[in-house]
Amino acid sequence: MTFSPQVIEMIKTGIGETLFMVFASTIISYLIGIPLGIILVVTEKGGIRPIPALQKVLGIVINLLRSVPFLILLIMVLPITRKIVGTTLGAKAVVPPLVIAAAPYIARMVESSFKEVDAGVIEAAKSMGASTFQIIWKVLLPEAKPSLLVGAAISTTTILGYSAMAGAVGGGGLGGIAINYGYYRYQTDMMFLTVAILVIIVQIIQEIGMKLARVSDKRIR
Amino acid sequence: MAAEETIIQLRNMGKEFKTANGPVVALDDINLDIQRGEIFGIIGLSGAGKSTLVRCINMLEVPTSGEVVFEGENLAAMSESGQRKARQSMGMIFQQFNLLAQRNVVKNICFPMEIAGTPKKQARERAMELLKLVGLEDRAKAYPAQLSGGQKQRVAIARAIATNPKVLLCDEATSALDPNTTKSILQLLKQINRDLGITVIVITHEMAVIEAICDRVAIIDQSHIAEVGKVSDIFSEPKSRIGRQLILGDAVTNVKFDVARKYRIIFDGRESMEPVIANMILACKVPVNILYASTKDIGGKAVGQMIVQLPEDETDANRALTYLKSVEIPYEEVREHDI
Repeated sequence: MTFSPQVIEMIKTGIGETLFMVFASTIISYLIGIPLGIILVVTEKGGIRPIPALQKVLGIVINLLRSVPFLILLIMVLPITRKIVGTTLGAKAVVPPLVIAAAPYIARMVESSFKEVDAGVIEAAKSMGASTFQIIWKVLLPEAKPSLLVGAAISTTTILGYSAMAGAVGGGGLGGIAINYGYYRYQTDMMFLTVAILVIIVQIIQEIGMKLARVSDKRIR
Repeated sequence: MAAEETIIQLRNMGKEFKTANGPVVALDDINLDIQRGEIFGIIGLSGAGKSTLVRCINMLEVPTSGEVVFEGENLAAMSESGQRKARQSMGMIFQQFNLLAQRNVVKNICFPMEIAGTPKKQARERAMELLKLVGLEDRAKAYPAQLSGGQKQRVAIARAIATNPKVLLCDEATSALDPNTTKSILQLLKQINRDLGITVIVITHEMAVIEAICDRVAIIDQSHIAEVGKVSDIFSEPKSRIGRQLILGDAVTNVKFDVARKYRIIFDGRESMEPVIANMILACKVPVNILYASTKDIGGKAVGQMIVQLPEDETDANRALTYLKSVEIPYEEVREHDI
């Protein structure tokens, strides 16, 4: 199995596009998902600042977005994509649908990380007169950090999977190569190659995330 | 307590929780005066409402009726930011220590000072000072996971008093510790009370904790205060049923109680030097069976109780009781329903 220089060049571009899609949308999704996750935890019944009505509505919206299959969502948001990016083709155009799909998912991941924080520690902070913001900033976020990092590794790899799906509708990246060459042109070796590269990327991201979580966690030592 | 001055006053305080099965009364009509500088104990069985009571004092739980007056101000009527400010004058420690797992010891102690807005450098210096006070200056950089239970509670105590509070609330602070560690933590609390003049409120289900450090005690049972008083008074003469149960508690488990003519003899600190029982036997010529005996050091006085079984014969038994009366030793018959 040998590959021509053009193919290698194409794969390189594909890797670049995939990494761009994944990291750009992960970062933007986290910027949206963390505040949403905080709101979910803080406003729940028995939370630090209960607003059950808001919590309920937000929960429903998040579940709605999460239940739309990604491929459908990709097509549904095409008008929005065109407005934001100016085109519906290529790696950049995949970022808005990826964010719309991933942000609610990340909100739930962040929520579950925050829920792991010991209620007693939050009570202790309250007993010292901490405000809601101080509890979020000085207790919830730092105490949940290792769990948030594990969540980030899982979320990033999930987004990587979504990004490959986007290749089917002209999204470029490794997924695009796998579909266009491996599937439409029956070049099985191309398909295996791209899949192999995707596997390696997933492994690396997962490993880095777990390692960071382990190193930052002061509970085990 | 030379000059008696009330620091915390609970007036007709009540707390009701709304649950799916209707309202549940956790506390009802609680009235307590806690004096500045004392160590005040609140004891009760689990579920009696003592944890809710201590949380009402610093408004972690908001009472549904009545008042909580701290230094002349009703906390329940305060704004939220006012309550937060007031909390900075009340430290709190917990059964499970509740240290921040991702912060080391020094940073844990700095935490309440960060919240109060103390400058960083000043906070660090104060933290090191406090670490010395609790005897852990060599563990400054350690994380909570690396500490033993007793060490964690010492850090928690240092953290709780970092902002120079006037009151320290202890919620079952020694219940997760072994007896020796418990002793050393109680000594530390006593030392803090004595040297820093911090009023200490201790919540516990263990009579031993009350005996060891408290000046006064309130016994709480089924959402009500059953009795309040000086520890030595309540110990030698508990008036409420729950008081007897808590004080006689270990006697109940240690003594087989299906015998007749059981009497509890109370030593309130003055007769411990006299051989009371031996004298009684010699004077009355009656055999006495000692079922249970215990003497404890409460505030420097030897206070104790003994449960004895008197002879079946009524005249013999009465002779013994008359003797006890004549030497002014309090006693009472122990019946099954008392315990």
